[in-house]
Amino acid sequence: MKEFIRAAAQQAGHQPVRLLQILRTVQSHYRHIPAEAIDLLAGQLQMPRTQIIADIEFYSFFHLTPQGQYDILFSDSITDRMLDKQNLIDRLSGRLKVSIGQVREDGLVSLNNTSCTGLCEQGPAALVNGYPLTRLDTARLDEIADLIERQQPLSTWPEHLFAVEDNIKKPGLLLNDPIPAGAGLERLYVKGLQVSLDEIDRSGLRGRGGAGFKTAMKWRLCAEEPGEQRFVVCNADEGEPGTFKDRVLLNRYADQVFEGMTICAAIIGAEQGFLYLRVEYLFLHDKLQHILQQRRDAGLLGGNILGRGLRFDIEIRLGAGAYICGEESALIESLEGKPGIPRNRPPYPVTHGYLNQPTVVNNVETFLAAAAIMVNGDAWFCATGSEKSAGSKIISISGDCQAPGIYEYPFGTPIRQILLDCRADEVLGVQVGGPSGVFISAQELDRKLAFEDLATGGSFIIFNTSRNLFQIVQNFMHFFAHESCGFCTPCRVGTSLLKNQLDKIVDGHGSAGDVAELEALCRLVKNYSHCGLGQTAANPILSTLERYPDLYHNQLKTISYEPGFDLDAALDVARRMAHRDDSAAHLTQVEE
Amino acid sequence: MRDTINIDGRNIPFEDGQTIIEAATAAGVYIPHLCHKPGYSPHGSCKLCTVNVNGRNCSACTFPAASGQTVLNNRRDLTEDRQRLTQMLFVEGNHFCPSCEKSGNCQLQAVAYALHMLDNHFPHFYPQREIDASHPEILLERNRCIFCNLCVRASQEKDGKNVFAISGRGINKHLIVNSASGYLKDSDIEIDDQAVHVCPTGAILIKRTGYQIPIGQRIYDHQTISEAALQQECADGE
Amino acid sequence: MANKIRIATTSLAGCFGCHMSFLDLDERLLSLAGQVEFDRSPLTDIEHCGACDIGLIEGGVCNSENVHTLREFRKNCNILVAVGACAINGGLPAMRNHLSLEDCLLEAYRDGIGVENAQIPGDPELPLLLDKVRPIHEIVKIDYFLPGCPPSADVFWTFLTALLEGRDPVLPYELIHYD
Repeated sequence: MKEFIRAAAQQAGHQPVRLLQILRTVQSHYRHIPAEAIDLLAGQLQMPRTQIIADIEFYSFFHLTPQGQYDILFSDSITDRMLDKQNLIDRLSGRLKVSIGQVREDGLVSLNNTSCTGLCEQGPAALVNGYPLTRLDTARLDEIADLIERQQPLSTWPEHLFAVEDNIKKPGLLLNDPIPAGAGLERLYVKGLQVSLDEIDRSGLRGRGGAGFKTAMKWRLCAEEPGEQRFVVCNADEGEPGTFKDRVLLNRYADQVFEGMTICAAIIGAEQGFLYLRVEYLFLHDKLQHILQQRRDAGLLGGNILGRGLRFDIEIRLGAGAYICGEESALIESLEGKPGIPRNRPPYPVTHGYLNQPTVVNNVETFLAAAAIMVNGDAWFCATGSEKSAGSKIISISGDCQAPGIYEYPFGTPIRQILLDCRADEVLGVQVGGPSGVFISAQELDRKLAFEDLATGGSFIIFNTSRNLFQIVQNFMHFFAHESCGFCTPCRVGTSLLKNQLDKIVDGHGSAGDVAELEALCRLVKNYSHCGLGQTAANPILSTLERYPDLYHNQLKTISYEPGFDLDAALDVARRMAHRDDSAAHLTQVEE
Repeated sequence: MRDTINIDGRNIPFEDGQTIIEAATAAGVYIPHLCHKPGYSPHGSCKLCTVNVNGRNCSACTFPAASGQTVLNNRRDLTEDRQRLTQMLFVEGNHFCPSCEKSGNCQLQAVAYALHMLDNHFPHFYPQREIDASHPEILLERNRCIFCNLCVRASQEKDGKNVFAISGRGINKHLIVNSASGYLKDSDIEIDDQAVHVCPTGAILIKRTGYQIPIGQRIYDHQTISEAALQQECADGE
Repeated sequence: MANKIRIATTSLAGCFGCHMSFLDLDERLLSLAGQVEFDRSPLTDIEHCGACDIGLIEGGVCNSENVHTLREFRKNCNILVAVGACAINGGLPAMRNHLSLEDCLLEAYRDGIGVENAQIPGDPELPLLLDKVRPIHEIVKIDYFLPGCPPSADVFWTFLTALLEGRDPVLPYELIHYD
């Protein structure tokens, strides 16, 4: 082990900022991070072991105890559940004789749930040792169970199991017309840096992650901030359930994304860039490395870009399973090798980002658009879209429709149009922007996709009238409680309280004051949380409670109070040990 | 004339680089807090010091004071919400005051008193947390940890060590110890370390010093946490 | 007599310390006696709670009998009050919550030092233990909370006199204690 750890540390240049990469290497080799490895790493990297343990216990993909030789994680997004995921995981659990959340006794296989894997339009999906399995059905699961029992190496598994399709259904402004590699950079140097930045400014480009901060302003603020170094970071931690457009952009348009990053680097004066790639997209890693190498070979990255003396390179850093790392300051913490806990702001990343240096963090799609604007001009870009939202938006459509996949629309497009295009019938509502966004009902389909109306980072989940609204909201609330980083009180405790309070009501144990209590708790978590996760975590409840108050109130009993836990079950142990089952050995949930 | 911020109608001077809570404390205005301590780097996790700054909620312990800020602090709605946040801290851990040596000197308890908290309101989590009694002089009672991070910061910033860290995620967060065994006895902690004395609750206690001052004669039996904090922290700030 | 306020009291998973503290009202009990009368309470021999104005509950809920008693009080008392640390958060009895009930029972009735004729009692007369000790507000709706271990006589006095005078009871700072 000593040798292995030394090699892993050496490969990472003994840099603590690359701790996550090292831990990933150790995890995939030993199927966990052994205590001995922690000690060795602490020595090699000159860092306290507690910092290493904190990482392991923060990120879902690291473990202190061994996982199975085949480690299977089922995507537990609502879209997977709508595709019968729950029955499928139960079936696999039965076939392989391993409980969910457990490692089988012989160590061959472990089975668990994981947050949305970004394969919503080709689900139900799972990961096996980090690699995606798509379109799972009983036949495929039986095939997989068989491969595992016969201990077939992953490399020999049939390719169709791992097939990931792009599913671009409706290309638009950007997807129809990718730029040739280097074209954006050529134009940048023809126009000059200042003129180019002005052009991005005039294009009206706003951040595509959802918040919509003006891109040119971010770049300008960063450029003007004094600093020893500057950094460009591409946020490819696409963790919002129901979002998968970055997966496709990186699979199909990575060159243009990297070009956008390089343009940004030239403008702000950065020499180092990072692609922070969510580990669920591990399958893209080698391909992306290859494209980076091609760009270096073509003089589009490296020490003398286009022969103009520009130095810039891009390193891919993989996440390790934490939704919170999509938040830009948490992402930076993670890039630095630490748990992804959002920083206090101010200061903002544009002034104090990676290694406390001025840093631009933008979404994959933002860089893609910036590169296109460089080539095609600002007028071309803002000819599309609405007054306040220039250009187009690439969305990931999943759920109840006949043609899920990637769609690109001019901003300002009504939701009704989108539902027509993807052939969605009998729509109950749409979750726009993922769990942290908003649920709109079938009465609101004339609302528009735009920063000024319905903003979305890309998630667009459709529900038809056969769906149970509570199951959707429960899935989202369990997700937030699972993904809360736990830094601040209202989110750490509040998301778990919200989850339990919602479950209580949905399970029929709610009484007179329980919806009011739920609403008060929502308000508390929303108004007091440290970052966007907590501030939006109550949205699934708030946006459905606003639209369907009766649905919630009809769940309530008229009695003054009912316990939130199963009273009779609380006697189980005592009953068993006293060998009793008489009527006095039971309790009703409420007084009869 | 010096720059001022306005807290609850009162103009309060501040110096460049001061946070809202620092300016407030210097002017004798108490803002409830648990994870903040003068002289330590700001943390901003407990959220008890949330104030409303020009219409927006901000943590007073991390948010820089700036001219033109209108800050709402001592307001009924804020007090009610701070009470709820405190109740969250109570139900997520195992806080049984009658059996805790820190009772009467405990800042969590004292903040709760000051916020007029009579009950815990929420359902209890009753988490399973480990007690570390391995060290001959120091007791680590994780049931009472509120993740304020003060011991972590004290060890790093004041003691030049790295004895503590907060690990885990969400509701499963827990305090860990930097030693091969994970136990305090094998760490390099020493009784005079700041980290041993900084805990606002009874999570880190010094053994064999219990009940030297009887219950009823302790800090917050005599004065409110706002009085005690302003006395102490104004002194610290100078 | 008809206008007297009727009070019931009980101790669930508690130590009767709160009741003792109530008795610390001393001579104030006499003035109270002019205005209140007691229903079910350790102070009377009344077995079951009748219609009452106020119910004072000491202790948390650790077994099935506690649940029945608490429900009886809730049904019969207009105002139900959680009295003391145990009623409010489970208190010291809830410190068993970090142990499994199975371990508790085995230690007490089978493996503990000095146990003879080891067996887990199974008489149907005996109440069964809940897996966790709970505060009473997790079982029924509670109207007021009087913290303290125990709440001092002054807390009872402040609270009851306010109610008797038709005011909303407010405890001043110095009466709020959790210990």
